[in-house]
Amino acid sequence: MAKVTLTVNGRTMSGECDDRTLLVHFIRDKLGLTGTHVGCDTTQCGACVVHMDGKSVKSCSILAVQAAGSSVTTIEGIASQGELHPVQAAFNQHHGLQCGFCTPGMVMTAVDMINRHGGQLDEVTVRHELEGNICRCTGYHNIVKAVLSANEEMHGASRQAAE
Amino acid sequence: MYDTNYHRASSVEEAVKLRSSQDEARYLSGGMTLIATMKQRLAAPSDLVDLRHVASMKGISVEGRKVRIGAGTTHAEVASSSALKSVCPAICHLAGMIGDPHVRHMGTIGGSVANNDPAADYPSAVLALNATVVTDRREIVADDYFQGMFDTALEEGELITAITFEAPEKAGYAKFPNPASRYALTGVFVAKGASGVRVAVTGAGSNGVFRATDIEIALSASWSSDFVASVAVDAGQLMEDMHATPEYRANLVKVMAKRAVAMAG
Repeated sequence: MAKVTLTVNGRTMSGECDDRTLLVHFIRDKLGLTGTHVGCDTTQCGACVVHMDGKSVKSCSILAVQAAGSSVTTIEGIASQGELHPVQAAFNQHHGLQCGFCTPGMVMTAVDMINRHGGQLDEVTVRHELEGNICRCTGYHNIVKAVLSANEEMHGASRQAAE
Repeated sequence: MYDTNYHRASSVEEAVKLRSSQDEARYLSGGMTLIATMKQRLAAPSDLVDLRHVASMKGISVEGRKVRIGAGTTHAEVASSSALKSVCPAICHLAGMIGDPHVRHMGTIGGSVANNDPAADYPSAVLALNATVVTDRREIVADDYFQGMFDTALEEGELITAITFEAPEKAGYAKFPNPASRYALTGVFVAKGASGVRVAVTGAGSNGVFRATDIEIALSASWSSDFVASVAVDAGQLMEDMHATPEYRANLVKVMAKRAVAMAG
């Protein structure tokens, strides 16, 4: 058994687990944060995407002990003071989901994508960058719309502030 | 996953020592292959030695035409390195096509080269760039390093610390990805540099990555896509599986080589 301590959504959290415990199971079962989903369990679907030290990763393919000492952000950690994150709001507004199972991973992927591209996102790039996330309901159309809209919201706003 | 014991190394020396203290230990870099394999119970290392916190194995340095990529450098870091892009954009392009964004945030060049998956992207770049595989104990030239599917010149416990190469005059990479896995159904890396023209093919060979010498000869005579078209690729040594026949792959070798040359310019 290992004692794993890490920062999750800004709070220091600890839990005991086997060395072989996957990060996603640690987050869900030990920390009780069940927003992060397990879809395929084979690194394909992206339902388990969280951010580790600011980068999107598939938490079903990382051991909890590997993440010890790092800073993890899950879907529960992106809204602030009851306000949805702009990406969450855009998924809502554009109906970027149907059953909602893939949504936590899609949203965390979109946040990472928008941060990395510094506002320079177009439809082709968004579709390409979604290659690690699978949705079996919506056909991706509204997801792409939501990501582009959130990108505009987040970077449009910062451009305005700069002017 | 079978039970395992996790260790975190902070230096190359510590990693090698931890690895050698257990018979069934394995190095763990990004884990994008190893963890998946362990989950399927196709690998069961007694101990894992995590390399992600070994600072000396990280980072990219470019001095003139000399390139050094630390083994622990992620695909995302290679893909977005402006220093690397200025001397060898083809390797950035290759790294940006591996897996998906989340896999690229974890997976490393050292892990990929050590694993030598017959459909991985990096082995083709290492071979075509005539790169050197630097380990904790020696330097291995690419032509001696790759020895077949998942087989390399690495000894038990030997640890790759960096990949070095001389930036080529021109290079290009094109792959036909398996639509589901993104692994190369066939990928071709072409390079023209101090060591002449080198063309390496991944994903297609039944014995792993290999040099396409006939295409090298054609491109040495004239660096153009048209010359590739005249080469006959023998399907005899190519892989057959549910995704493609050897003949289909032979055709892909030519098509990808042409695209890679076009990209190199």
